[in-house]
Amino acid sequence: MNGLEVRGLSYRYGPRQALKEVSFSVPKGRFCALLGPNGAGKSTLFNLLTALFTAPEGQIMVAGVNLSQEPRRALARMGVVFQQPTLDLDLTVRRNMLYFAALHGISGSEAARRCDAALEQLGMGERAAETVRALNGGHRRRMEIARALIHRPEVLLLDEPTVGLDAASRAAITDHVHALADQGLSVLWATHLTDEVQDNDLTLLLHKGVLLAQDTAANLRQDQSLQDAFLRLTGGAVQEHGGGGLR
Amino acid sequence: MNWTIALAAILHREALRFVGQRGRFVAALVRPLVWLFVFAAGFRAALGLSITPPYQTYITYETYIVPGLCGMILLFNGMQSSLSLVYDREMGSMRLLLTAPLPRWWLLFCKLLAGTLVSLLQCAAFLAIAALWGIRLPLSGYLLALPALALSGLMLGALGLMLSSFIRQLENFAGVMNFVIFPMFFLSSALYPLWKMAEASPRLRDLCNLNPFTHAVELIRFALYGQVNLTAALWVSLALAGFGAAALWGYDPARGVQNRKGQGG
Repeated sequence: MNGLEVRGLSYRYGPRQALKEVSFSVPKGRFCALLGPNGAGKSTLFNLLTALFTAPEGQIMVAGVNLSQEPRRALARMGVVFQQPTLDLDLTVRRNMLYFAALHGISGSEAARRCDAALEQLGMGERAAETVRALNGGHRRRMEIARALIHRPEVLLLDEPTVGLDAASRAAITDHVHALADQGLSVLWATHLTDEVQDNDLTLLLHKGVLLAQDTAANLRQDQSLQDAFLRLTGGAVQEHGGGGLR
Repeated sequence: MNWTIALAAILHREALRFVGQRGRFVAALVRPLVWLFVFAAGFRAALGLSITPPYQTYITYETYIVPGLCGMILLFNGMQSSLSLVYDREMGSMRLLLTAPLPRWWLLFCKLLAGTLVSLLQCAAFLAIAALWGIRLPLSGYLLALPALALSGLMLGALGLMLSSFIRQLENFAGVMNFVIFPMFFLSSALYPLWKMAEASPRLRDLCNLNPFTHAVELIRFALYGQVNLTAALWVSLALAGFGAAALWGYDPARGVQNRKGQGG
């Protein structure tokens, strides 16, 4: 069974088509990179995947549950790391985790146990009583990822999770999430940075609301760097639009 | 079960944030206190008040505007807590909230209740200071004011929630001040009784009568003297239902609330 399956998803903002018949799937235990320049439609796709909007056309299945028919069951199977920071800076690390756990119906000793385990896994156990403000950007992100896993989802969505981080933190977080995928999680990772994608990751190339390509990164790039392949594929599309000849 | 766990967590979070941000608390108190100590003192001489219910004797102007200033606290707080949802600062936490596996109306209601709770704490502090200043009310008044303030706070919070989902232009607080808070506050019985307003212009009085904030203030005013103003309670409840329904409609995912706010890309 696929962790995440999207079929024929389209969305418009008034006259502007933001997504056009997007279909893809992320199998269990795979890391899938959603690669696209700014304005490609990544944020729209995330808003649809997290049920912040609903799309009139298309279907989203989360771990076998239809998002539009049973949104709550689907959301319970999904962990999300948003692009915007979602932590309360003046509350402690533990309090932030417990708040999230409660939103997912986990409370009491079970919540405390899961929070401690999640923090322990990050090597942050002794910082649980500190306020989030005292953490650096990399740690805050890692904490948001750990928090998104508290309710044991099957699918993890991350919307440009490395924005604003230094190179070392970026690499650490990218590796960490790849390891999570190896443990059986289906991961969808949106980014515009090609160096976060590894060769055997599934890669979706989104440009102007259309999926231009979906394959492993190795197959997409062939003997080029992924960056060059990315520019070749999107640059081609720009010409097609600009020249108006091929479409 | 999950519903109450989430409710408790949302209320707890708001309470912790409230305790943590003492500056916000003080700032919210300073506003009505300036009105009470400065504005009302200056106005006292200029305005003569006759005896109208719920008052049974001549009252000072300070005494008259206390319920209105409670309303002001609720109004500012309701707008602030609801509209902060659409500002960037709170955008992330709103998303976090809305992706919880619970019905959206329940999540929004929890948020509304949490904001109202903070307003109530501020009103309590304000009434305490007013009592120290010499404006004391009957004990039954303080008790009855609690549900009146809660109902009014919910209504004004729902108004803010509705605005946050609909109106794109109100993206900064100054706009809200000019187009919502000031008209609502001044076109009400908060600062002057409606019969006084009618002397100036009957049409203005009619406008004030339509303003749900007027009814919120009157509900609080009567409650503070241990009386129930049923008409006002009905008006406030109706407004709460209307604003609440509109807010829910505005936050319907099929309509894509946030997409009109430049979140698309």
